Amino acid sequence: MKFLSNASNHSCSYIMSDYQANRNPLVSLRVSDWRNAMLQTVPVMFGYLPLGAAFGILFMQLGHPWWGSLLMSLFIYAGAGQFLAVTLLANHAGLVEIAVATFMLNSRHLFYGLSLLKRFQGAGWRKPYLIFALTDETYSLLTSQQRMNLERHDHAAAWRISVLNHLWWVLGTLAGALAGATLEFDSRGIEFALTALFIVLTLEQARRLREALPFLVALIVGVGAIVLLPDRHLLLGAIAATSLVLFAHYLWIDRGQEGKA
Amino acid sequence: MSHAMLILIIAVCALATFATRVLPFVALSRHAEHPLILHLGRYLPPAVMLILVLYALRHFRPLAEGSLNGGENGLPLLLASVTVAMLHLWRRNALLSIIGGTGLYMAMIQLGWFMPG
Repeated sequence: MKFLSNASNHSCSYIMSDYQANRNPLVSLRVSDWRNAMLQTVPVMFGYLPLGAAFGILFMQLGHPWWGSLLMSLFIYAGAGQFLAVTLLANHAGLVEIAVATFMLNSRHLFYGLSLLKRFQGAGWRKPYLIFALTDETYSLLTSQQRMNLERHDHAAAWRISVLNHLWWVLGTLAGALAGATLEFDSRGIEFALTALFIVLTLEQARRLREALPFLVALIVGVGAIVLLPDRHLLLGAIAATSLVLFAHYLWIDRGQEGKA
Repeated sequence: MSHAMLILIIAVCALATFATRVLPFVALSRHAEHPLILHLGRYLPPAVMLILVLYALRHFRPLAEGSLNGGENGLPLLLASVTVAMLHLWRRNALLSIIGGTGLYMAMIQLGWFMPG
């Protein structure tokens, strides 16, 4: 991504100037690391602030105390999951029903973990949080991030992105809950930033991978799911089916190699 | 609803959500180097990314319900998405593509361009 490489050039010049000014280079390195992470999460910020605010407003309208929305955004931290929880709350659903519905809705995350097993290895104290904070958007950024040379820095960079995304979500929720419906800024349509982010990341993935296979599978399965599945099962259905097709593809390659050997 | 009940429900949702995220790491942590896991690690992220795009655009349904454009914001979604893709192929600057496309989409939604009614 161009803005990422711009950002890292930028941070390099910062380190240089700080050396010249005879300041502590470690401190400036840390500041520029956060600046990099901030730039990477800007699109998520555009999406999470309004979506979080929408959640906060909805939560307040149903007559719950404001700190409930804060707790949800801090400890559940799942966009669709939290909207579902609010709906279930309003319908006085039982605890088991809430647990099962939430698990089902978020079960697409099972497949995200599969592709990050190796990536998160050795992340140490950061690992539990990296796993906890694995939303659709964070997953997208982490799997598109340019790998750095040092593993440790890679985990630290992933951690900074995760923390900032979580922060945008919590800040959006607070703004929505506290300001209520009195927001002056007409922000209708700003949630498109997340769609734009996914488009940009898909193009970047295509540039990096230079193979049509996963995109063909996703296109066929995705369009099929939109046509065939009801809205609430769409995302899980499409991601599960894609994982199965990729699994079958793996078995097929595996058998082909055995045949040759 | 009592505060204790609200907190209990939030805790249940938090645990159920965390379970979906942590299960692969707990169940498969010894198999991170397995060729199948590496295969999925290589191909699943790009596939998921495109699925998220399709999911976000699902309200654009050409020819749905007998009209050219079934969703109310269908045409703005499509136009803004094409703008993002073209901006990105042209300049390859992620922020420019995202801000350009989102600005155009907000203008279309708020001013009612390309929207039915």
